[in-house]
Amino acid sequence: MTGRERFRETPLAGRHEALGGRMVPFAGWRMPVQYTGIIDEHLHTRANAGLFDICHMGEFYLRGKGAADDVDRLVTCRTDNQADGQCKYGFLLDEQGGVLDDLITFRISEEEYLLVVNAASLERDRQWIESHLSPDTEFADESDRTGKIDLQGPKSEDIMIQLLGPGALSALHRFRCRYVKINGVRVLLSRTGYTGEHGYELFFPIESTETLWDLLLSYPPVKPVGLGARDTLRIEKGLPLYGHELNEHRTPLEANFERFVYWDKAFIGRKALQQQKQQGIRQRLTGFVCEGRRAAREGYAIFQNEKEIGIVTSGAFSPCLKKGIGMAYVNPDRIEEGASIQIRTDRAEIEATISSVPFL
Amino acid sequence: MIPRNLKYTERHEWAQKEGNEILIGITDCAQDELGDITYVELPQKGDKISQGKEFATVESVKAASDIYAPVSGEVIKVNETLADEPGKINESPYEEGWLIRVRISEPAELDGLLDADAYKKLIEEN
Repeated sequence: MTGRERFRETPLAGRHEALGGRMVPFAGWRMPVQYTGIIDEHLHTRANAGLFDICHMGEFYLRGKGAADDVDRLVTCRTDNQADGQCKYGFLLDEQGGVLDDLITFRISEEEYLLVVNAASLERDRQWIESHLSPDTEFADESDRTGKIDLQGPKSEDIMIQLLGPGALSALHRFRCRYVKINGVRVLLSRTGYTGEHGYELFFPIESTETLWDLLLSYPPVKPVGLGARDTLRIEKGLPLYGHELNEHRTPLEANFERFVYWDKAFIGRKALQQQKQQGIRQRLTGFVCEGRRAAREGYAIFQNEKEIGIVTSGAFSPCLKKGIGMAYVNPDRIEEGASIQIRTDRAEIEATISSVPFL
Repeated sequence: MIPRNLKYTERHEWAQKEGNEILIGITDCAQDELGDITYVELPQKGDKISQGKEFATVESVKAASDIYAPVSGEVIKVNETLADEPGKINESPYEEGWLIRVRISEPAELDGLLDADAYKKLIEEN
């Protein structure tokens, strides 16, 4: 394949090819977009369990006496009440309130935090975070040494119980993590994910990636799932994707995620965000459902009564609803559940209605 | 899978001659490249199509693609089942997944299309 050498590969590249995975470029990596088909993998994850190679994402550790305060200042969510083994979703903002990345912070202990960041924004995140640390905090980018696999779907808990025994998962609630041993490998097991299903994210030393992948795939309900279905799964649940719903020109208020902004603390970007809250926002993120199977795509313009009122950020055919669905930035005064909109493409006009997310 | 009895275009459409009627669809290679097809927009009976011009849109989960006419003519039938079951194109691109039937207006256009060997070579080169 031409240009193959320009892309990085996870330890599972050979596994993906052997499984019939179709490899595509993604954020500088060669990743599988699908194996058997996006719809099949999507529905399998909703009904059984899907296995995802997520080794491309970044893992930053902040350690030391300054770590807790630094994390608290860097991210928008509340962290002063974060327990050991608790995960929190939040945003990394610039001084203007623009979103540099969305991420989950894992409090491992009082003096150790893990930040899991997107592959596409990893380099910029690292520079930003490193330049905003106190002398008491030690920063380590362990992305190259860390393997990550997600197991998602209603059957994932049964599989974990079979692997670890029933006691190992007790009180591992949503957005909680703990270290477990799988086949002698120390794994950080987290009840988080990007599909909206019951599921787990596993972090471990990268040299164990193939062993753990093979082990999890050996359970009959488990099938490998590519980035194509990862995208449709997250869209159905209204989960944002950095570079689409979120970027440095959008704020958490515009993205309708004020619930992940904790005003009662000092965080980078707070001043700009507070100013925006007082002045009001020009556009806000919402969902929409198309009338039929035809899907709107990123960049398509949204109209209402011949007036342009917004733009699509993500759109796809929903395998569960069998309709086009998507997310869009729309003038806030036009966001009313069930309101009719028209989405214009160079090919056609798609009738759709405004809908809150998640779609299911 | 490249049936010997069909003619092909460089854009991966196929044409099957039945007297002066031509059945048109997209190839197995095209459906595989597109992935799961979720929506098809076809012309209507009576519409005229021209060789090399787009006449239909096929959408997969990931993207929308134009389909170009292998020959010129008048649409005499469209595959109605694709409205509810566009996945037929994935399952059976040369049979149940056909798109339209046309009455050809320039029969000589067929001679300019690729035969199975030439189309196979084209795929192998890409």
